[in-house]
Amino acid sequence: MLPDLAPAELISLFRRMLLVRRWEERLIQLAAEGPSFGHYHVYIGQETIGVPALWALRSTDVVFPTHRNHGYLLGRGADPGRLLAEVLGKATGLNGGKGGTLHASAPELGIPHTSAIVGGVIPIAAGAALAARIKGRDQVSVAVFGDGAMEEGAAFETFNTAALWRVPVIFLCENNTRDALGAAAGGYPASIIAAADLCDIARSVGLPTAAVDGTDAGAVFAAMRQGAVRARGGDGPTFVEAVVSRWPGSSPLWPELPAGRTELRYAWAPQEAPERLALWYAERDGLLRYVRELLDASLATREELARIDSEVRAAVEQAVRFATDSAYPPADAAYDNVFASS
Amino acid sequence: MDTTETAAEAPGPAGVTARELTYAEALVEALEDLMKEDPDFLIIGSYVLGLGPLRVLFDRVRAAYPARVLDPPTAELAFCGFGIGAAMNGLHVMVDVGTASFVFQAFPQVVNEAANAIYMSGGRLALPVVFHLLHGLRAGGAAQHSHSPQAMLWNTPGLQIILPASPADVKGLLPSAVRSGSPTVFVDHSKLLPLRGAVPEHARPIPLGVADVKRRGRDVTVVATSFSVHQALVAAERLESEGIDVEVIDPRTIVPLDRRAILESVATTGRLVIVDETHRSCGVASEIAAIVGEEALDALRAPICRVTVPDVPVPFSPALESQLEPTPEKIAAAIRAQMTSRHSRRP
Repeated sequence: MLPDLAPAELISLFRRMLLVRRWEERLIQLAAEGPSFGHYHVYIGQETIGVPALWALRSTDVVFPTHRNHGYLLGRGADPGRLLAEVLGKATGLNGGKGGTLHASAPELGIPHTSAIVGGVIPIAAGAALAARIKGRDQVSVAVFGDGAMEEGAAFETFNTAALWRVPVIFLCENNTRDALGAAAGGYPASIIAAADLCDIARSVGLPTAAVDGTDAGAVFAAMRQGAVRARGGDGPTFVEAVVSRWPGSSPLWPELPAGRTELRYAWAPQEAPERLALWYAERDGLLRYVRELLDASLATREELARIDSEVRAAVEQAVRFATDSAYPPADAAYDNVFASS
Repeated sequence: MDTTETAAEAPGPAGVTARELTYAEALVEALEDLMKEDPDFLIIGSYVLGLGPLRVLFDRVRAAYPARVLDPPTAELAFCGFGIGAAMNGLHVMVDVGTASFVFQAFPQVVNEAANAIYMSGGRLALPVVFHLLHGLRAGGAAQHSHSPQAMLWNTPGLQIILPASPADVKGLLPSAVRSGSPTVFVDHSKLLPLRGAVPEHARPIPLGVADVKRRGRDVTVVATSFSVHQALVAAERLESEGIDVEVIDPRTIVPLDRRAILESVATTGRLVIVDETHRSCGVASEIAAIVGEEALDALRAPICRVTVPDVPVPFSPALESQLEPTPEKIAAAIRAQMTSRHSRRP
């Protein structure tokens, strides 16, 4: 279902999700062309989690994502060129090239920190929520993490402490393990957890939980909004699990474009999708599901969506030019920013 | 064992009156002042003064500021992370980890999140979080409660490391650490807590990275940190009667480190003994020795000597623990050896 938002907002949300998709498809091409910028993770197939989740928050709320952070940074309005420059290690990057794809952040946009350590941001986000409560701010903090983080002790320690202190935090678990190959089968690692239901782990310390289909933007939006209302009302943390299937290009250890760029027409002409990804585009891609929902609700025409697509792709090309034309930082910059500037 | 030579009622400079406090009282006073002056100051942790009888001194802070003194569950990894997140979102935080050995439970947060966060952000972040630890040989701590992790932490760029040795220093250094805006490990020795010393009533905060000459001397420089400063001062006292004039330098903070104070003293004495409770290999003394070896070899008239804790886990038995301790006897012996070293050169 579509999120409970005004039509114009629903179109803005689409534009932002599409930006994430187009930016990352281009990133995969850049990686293939070289030079290498190291290991990276893409958010393709999860846009309908992060972007609607951000739409359910206020701009004053804070969000702490992981190494799979591009969707959150772009979703919050980070400049696509400066994010790409960061991923390429350029001086004009969001963090001057010090963070790269794994640690890109934008404190000015309410993303103070991202961590590439599994479970790393869970207690940090809860601590930010504690600060919000102590300072008497009407502010919510969100920890974003994958299902693998539920294997870490930091998750349980934080759920317990956050439940005891009733801090205004939402734990957003992006479970992208449905259909994942797993390390044992030579694919990207998938979580290995004895609990049949991840929500049970959060329930064990009394947290309210919601499990939603991560391809359903409206369901994600509603669960996050409910969590935010609870947090602002002083009722403490909420655990939200959003489940998606792994995008086939994310199954190998290095992201690929197994069948080229996503075409919006696959949403209404599934027979035109490449056979390898036909099932994924038809049933598992939240972005194309959202396209179908917009069209079904007569909120946009195919032509209008195509126009947005060409605008987004032009913006991405501009970002690529900005980032590739940007210079690397001067060597001396390696020694800066070890401590806070006084 | 007095920590300074100042008498209890001695008038201080410019209207600052000195009183005598224990180290524990000075620490509590510093925390109380921070609570009073800074509405954004938060303490996470229950046992700032350990579990011994002195712990009750902290009760008045807890009673006066119940909303800003939080008792967490036994979850070092999470509550250190809470401190980091709170510091990223507008608070100034001291996280009391308790016994320094427990910081290992929180290494992913302290070493891999806090220490890196400012740098990874490209300097777009401040992170005013202080992790408070009680380190050292505490008599009966045995292998799992006697660590001095400051050397391991020194190998982590991005952490300031504070090692006070006197009541005046703990009171002056804590506010500087909290206000620095950078992640800091504040390491107190459990044996320092009951020691008494002069503490000015309205002292200024002590800047980080400024060593203190705890005793002036001409013959041998002893660089000592934390409780070892007192062991070194006892040794120095004893050697006076033997005609050996010992200078004791207390760096007070090892990150940042006042290299100049150490190098200037060595330039004068030409002899260096380093005393510290971290283990011998890759310890605090190793780094200071390397700095002096690289920067001031020409000034040395004898090989540098380290008095440290040997590379063995800390045993329980008092007979064995004392064997590892950098005692005044060992320090005095090291200093005497400096004076009679067969390598000892005259200028």
